[in-house]
Amino acid sequence: MSDPRIHLALRMGDNSLILAQQNSKWCGHAPTLEEDIALANVSLDLMGHAQMWLGFAAEIECEGRNADTLAFFRDTEEFRNSLLVERPNVDFATTLMRQYLFDVWHLEQLLLLSQSSDTLVAEISQKALVEVRYHRERSQSLVIRLGDGTIDSHNRMQEALNALWSYFGSFFEDSKDDELLFDLQTSPMPSSLYPSVLEQLNQDCVLSTLKTPESEFWQKGAVQGHHTENLGYILAEMQYLQRTYPNSKW
Amino acid sequence: MANELPLWEVFIRGQHGTAHRHVGSLHATDAGMAMNNARDVYTRRNEGLSIWVVPSSEIVASIPSKKGPLFDPSKDKIYRHPSFYNIPVEVKKI
Repeated sequence: MSDPRIHLALRMGDNSLILAQQNSKWCGHAPTLEEDIALANVSLDLMGHAQMWLGFAAEIECEGRNADTLAFFRDTEEFRNSLLVERPNVDFATTLMRQYLFDVWHLEQLLLLSQSSDTLVAEISQKALVEVRYHRERSQSLVIRLGDGTIDSHNRMQEALNALWSYFGSFFEDSKDDELLFDLQTSPMPSSLYPSVLEQLNQDCVLSTLKTPESEFWQKGAVQGHHTENLGYILAEMQYLQRTYPNSKW
Repeated sequence: MANELPLWEVFIRGQHGTAHRHVGSLHATDAGMAMNNARDVYTRRNEGLSIWVVPSSEIVASIPSKKGPLFDPSKDKIYRHPSFYNIPVEVKKI
């Protein structure tokens, strides 16, 4: 049986990789120069985290692969990212809300993982935490400003939150591997993060005047590799070069 | 553009500098956002130890047409430059 830590490393790495790829599409197109640079910075940070997690996955897997081969030569059903990060960019409100929801989960998850009984998991998490604390603060402040901004910005942010909500639940989906990892005190059960994450969202909602949807109908399946259609398009674009010219270098 | 956010001036104290230097400007709705944007736009390469952001509208600038009365009087007072003194080797950062 394969090491359950591979499941954790892929889940962490794929979330960061796919969101980095999605955000990078804003480069040169964001509404203001400041946001353009900030989004690119976040993408680069996440790409760095993806490299660490996927490198870790490749190392314990021992099949001669590395972070690059995992990123560029796997198909959709082998990806373990949540459904939220693969939602299309749509507009700036959706992109920002997606980032914010991800950041709230990500910070909570990394704080717990930095206490992991597995030294490498703890070390990678501590390294990522330095950047993710800032991501969380930045997206939170923008969500509050736009939520509590004009009628138009408020409506756009609320619509984005409603549209993304059912995919957000994908972060809290448990699997058999998660049970094994929980018993080893390597990582928490994904579902156990939901109460504190929801509490944080509701706290921010007081300031942003947005309303957290009450529905707890979650889109599921990502932990088994069942993804939405959009992931195929993301991978097609991201993997094209390496698939067409294998092992080509920058 | 009428709907642009207010302009802020950014000053950064670098790793080896002892004073904040003006590095450029940016747009933001308020001080908190200006600080975040300054961090993202101007300190990507580990340039800074400290950031100041100031609303551009709060800066009082000298008027170009009054350049003469302001600066001309000091033009011919070469003795005000400290170049006539020998600086002891022990004294650094001058």
